[in-house]
Amino acid sequence: MTTTAIGRTSVPAKYLPVLVTGCLFAAMFVAGGIRYEGFASGQVVLNVFIDNAFLLVVAVGMTFVILTGGIDLSVGSVVALSTMIAASLMAGPGWPPYVVIPLVLAIGSGLGLVMGAIVHAFDIQPFIVTLAGMFLARGLCYTIGTDSIPIEDATFTAFAQTRIDLFADLWISPSVVIAVVVVLVAAYVLHYTRLGRSVYATGGSEQSAMLMGLPVGRTKIAVYTISGFCSALGGVLLSFYMLSGYGLHAVGMELDAIAAVVIGGTLLTGGSGFLLGTVLGVLVLGLIQTIISFEGTLSSWWTKIFIGLLLFVFILLQRVFSARTRR
Amino acid sequence: MAVPAPVLTMSGIGKQFPGVKALDGVDLRLSPGEVHALMGENGAGKSTLIKVLTGVYPADTGTIELDGAAVAFGSPLEARQAGISTVYQEVNLCTNLSVAENVLIGREPRRLGRIDWKRMRARAAELLSRLELSLDVSAPLSSYSLAIQQMVAIARALDVDARVLILDEPTSSLDAGEVEQLFMVMRRLKEEGIAILFVSHFLDQIYEISDRMTILRNGRLVGEYLTSELSQVQLVAKMIGQELDALERLHGEARVFDRPLIEARELGRAGAIEPFSLTVHEGEVVGLAGLLGSGRTEIARLLFGADHAGTGEIAVGGAPASLRTPRAAMHHRIAFCSENRKADGLIPDLTVRENIILALQATRGWTRPVPREQQDELVGRYVKALRISPPNPEHLVRDLSGGNQQKVVLARWLILEPRLLILDEPTRGIDVGAKTEIQRLVAELSDGGVAVLFISAELEEVLRLSHKVEVLRDRRLVAELPNDAELTTDVLMETIASGGRDS
Amino acid sequence: MRRLLWPAVVLVLLLALNVFFTPSFFSIQVRDGHLYGSLIDILRFGAPLILVALGMTLVIATGGIDLSVGSVVAISGALACLQISQDAGVFTAVALALGLCLVLGAWNGFLVAGIGIQPIIATLILMVAGRGLAQLITGGQIITVNSEAYKVIGGGYWLTVPFGVLIVLAVLGITAFLTRRLALGMLIESVGGNAEASRLAGIRSRGIILMVYAFAALCAGVAGLMISSNVSSADGNNAGLWIELDAILAVVIGGTSLAGGRFSLGGTVLGALIIQTLTTTVYSIGVPPETTLLFKALVVTAVCLIQSPSFREKAFRRRGRTAPPSPAHEEKVRVTA
Repeated sequence: MTTTAIGRTSVPAKYLPVLVTGCLFAAMFVAGGIRYEGFASGQVVLNVFIDNAFLLVVAVGMTFVILTGGIDLSVGSVVALSTMIAASLMAGPGWPPYVVIPLVLAIGSGLGLVMGAIVHAFDIQPFIVTLAGMFLARGLCYTIGTDSIPIEDATFTAFAQTRIDLFADLWISPSVVIAVVVVLVAAYVLHYTRLGRSVYATGGSEQSAMLMGLPVGRTKIAVYTISGFCSALGGVLLSFYMLSGYGLHAVGMELDAIAAVVIGGTLLTGGSGFLLGTVLGVLVLGLIQTIISFEGTLSSWWTKIFIGLLLFVFILLQRVFSARTRR
Repeated sequence: MAVPAPVLTMSGIGKQFPGVKALDGVDLRLSPGEVHALMGENGAGKSTLIKVLTGVYPADTGTIELDGAAVAFGSPLEARQAGISTVYQEVNLCTNLSVAENVLIGREPRRLGRIDWKRMRARAAELLSRLELSLDVSAPLSSYSLAIQQMVAIARALDVDARVLILDEPTSSLDAGEVEQLFMVMRRLKEEGIAILFVSHFLDQIYEISDRMTILRNGRLVGEYLTSELSQVQLVAKMIGQELDALERLHGEARVFDRPLIEARELGRAGAIEPFSLTVHEGEVVGLAGLLGSGRTEIARLLFGADHAGTGEIAVGGAPASLRTPRAAMHHRIAFCSENRKADGLIPDLTVRENIILALQATRGWTRPVPREQQDELVGRYVKALRISPPNPEHLVRDLSGGNQQKVVLARWLILEPRLLILDEPTRGIDVGAKTEIQRLVAELSDGGVAVLFISAELEEVLRLSHKVEVLRDRRLVAELPNDAELTTDVLMETIASGGRDS
Repeated sequence: MRRLLWPAVVLVLLLALNVFFTPSFFSIQVRDGHLYGSLIDILRFGAPLILVALGMTLVIATGGIDLSVGSVVAISGALACLQISQDAGVFTAVALALGLCLVLGAWNGFLVAGIGIQPIIATLILMVAGRGLAQLITGGQIITVNSEAYKVIGGGYWLTVPFGVLIVLAVLGITAFLTRRLALGMLIESVGGNAEASRLAGIRSRGIILMVYAFAALCAGVAGLMISSNVSSADGNNAGLWIELDAILAVVIGGTSLAGGRFSLGGTVLGALIIQTLTTTVYSIGVPPETTLLFKALVVTAVCLIQSPSFREKAFRRRGRTAPPSPAHEEKVRVTA
């Protein structure tokens, strides 16, 4: 009996999308190195990390949500709200950072929790719920203040401006370390915990996951909470980067985060994708910006056009891919 | 033969839904080490009974005993924990996850909260080897065929100490080899002393695997029988039921049909229906008889272009035609009332009027609306002719009863004045009055020269209406019988049961 | 109609609130041959949103969604202003801009109906790339134009009535004609209500889907012209920012379900007016204008909760009967592999 061979229809190709993104990143880096002087250095890659650490953290949260088949439009606003709360509390009452930062993270997680609970309890589309969340967070920003609030807390600025030297003149910022830690923890959660596996199962088929006795509702609430937490943390990192709080920070960041996740090979319908892909997706977005700044004559809007094109290509790839595997 | 002590006993189960008595005093006993088949046609109550057993619905009356102790499960999860596992026709697994995870998710072996992948794979492989399967358990489930997925579902069901395994139509999407493999697994589980409840529409499979069967009809218990003591003809008779009212044939004198309208030659679609040939003449009513899942609907869908045929060709009025889409079929004036009117027929949000003129409007395109007077005239005529109630064309179709919804779909096609009307179970789930009206209508249409392909689970109805009957079994067209004086429901049932082998 | 009741009540309440704070709220005067007054302002400033929301209504009725309309608004205004600044005629400029919008809409429709990509994802592409495209057209600058003829579209008056309001009326009239007098509306509702049944009834749903996306983009294009004409300039970055969200909101408030099916043009207009009035109200009752977004968040939440069957069941459990499980369908879902 050929029991083993029956029905094997295709080689498991789950790593393919990540591989494609990785190759794309490598190709862009090589092309940049050939074309521009001083491009092919380690620091250029590290700078991409430094400049996009906050986006990376936000995209990690978005990956959780998208893996369950949901979407979170509120992340950009929550990032802005976090910078705003942090800056105003440090500037006004002069609270110390070690009180402010946990508070900000708690607020972000709380917002996520509420949105997740509404999505689950009332069966309203995540798109609409997080849209309301987006309005709410942005609105709260403006009620705190309409102007940019500079951050002058000594500890905070000192930490933000720390350079962590690596070997051979290479350096990174503390934000990069935080972002990397977040990625590692998130990858562990996704791969090695029941919550992580429930996330994949829910995204694969919510109904099946429910029939298999998995806590689908709790999983959904959890991912929005995680996304809220990541957005708040991203907000903290952004305030390290900007040293200010402003209601107009991170406008449209939700789109960048979604784009990074999709370019990283995660299916927008849920259930398939890896955090490594999201990291690569963020790096690709960052590298596009770097290339455009190296090019000099190319204007910044080409970034958006390129991202749009990449989105198109990757969505098309996903479509072809899922059409093949789903027979 | 001694009856082994049952592990599970359901007695006097009744279940009422608004307007429908789904179950009425049904008994079921499952014994360890036995495969027990649950038999019945559409609407007999099989699914409801399984749902009551597994805690999806509470029973209105009756008791369930597991090992002599009364139980009532509040959810499928509770039933599972008590040792009653179910595997459904549609595999309820996450195909994006690995095989090992699908077997064990929710119960993964862990160490310090961390999933122990190595042990998980080993445990999954062990469970699967019990079913004589050796798979790459780290591969995603989607890379395996449906049959394998089905077995993975069984492996999952067996991980908890299952005493009762319910297999609800597990074979309907499997091919012969895959079914054999499943049966091997079932026999093995039987030897281990598990009680298996098996639902299938394939008679051969029932006779191959089951030891005992319980037959339901219209929500009532017909009886419990040993498979070896019940012939296939008896089984079909008990499932379908013989109402011995006079078989008044609606067609009077014999007519001669010599103008072929649709000729299908070796038309087929892999996994749906074996290649068949069929000719329908103008004015002829052709009945399709066969059990549920025998390929009746599949024939209808191919003739209407709802599915693409894999093989064969069709000629309409003598000229070859390509029926690749419903539009193409409509162009040849073929109409199709689907069996599943909720999913494939009605637009629940639209009114009766809009639902009725939908197909006509579709043929005209959106730029040429059917003038309102014409709409009102057409709709009014058919609401009256078919006695659609309430007779208000502006009523939302979702609020109508099943029979009236069916008439709305029927009216949609009648106003197109089709040359071939395909009716798939047009009288299922509707009251007797509406049923007679629809039957009479078919006869009238036929007298007016319209060809009708009539699909029904009720053999009397098929006999009463048809000029000839095509008999299907296990996705094959096995016989074509002229509807003459010699054709009775007995003959039909025998043909279905034997697969046309003796006749 | 009953489902217009709630939006209408909300609008009336908002207007009443305004009268309470500003007694002269309802007064309309004729000054310099133009109509003036708060109500007129609401109509005038709400015109682009109404247009975008009308297009969005049809898209949502087919069960889709169009996130790219904001970008299309920017592209349309940018192209028109660029043409005019390069001495093209206003007519040519407008025609070119609207032509481009049609192409962009058809592209969305092609992705959804032709390739079968989920609408939210398909239109996300143009939402992202479209902003870049708009800035590419304007060269990253704000293009200002000095054309009286162009200015009329968004800022002009005709027979004392703001021209933008007339455009809205015209588009509303055309849409109502196409959908309600012709059979487009019924076919759209049919596709959105039950796609498979529509296919079996012989409806060419691909064509219909393509058409609604093209129409939505065209509406967005006109709105873009209006916005850029009103300020005589094109801003690729900020024109039409978030208008897609407002438009979706207007449609949902107007009683059209995001799941597709029945749609209501009147409801959408009411929804858009509610959003615009909300903005005005925030100003007139003296709340800091920054809090408009907070109000919007509240309204979105309230409206969506009211429309959610699950919420209603939970909130009004006493009165509502618990939905009985539907009688067992023993039919099988066929696996059409």
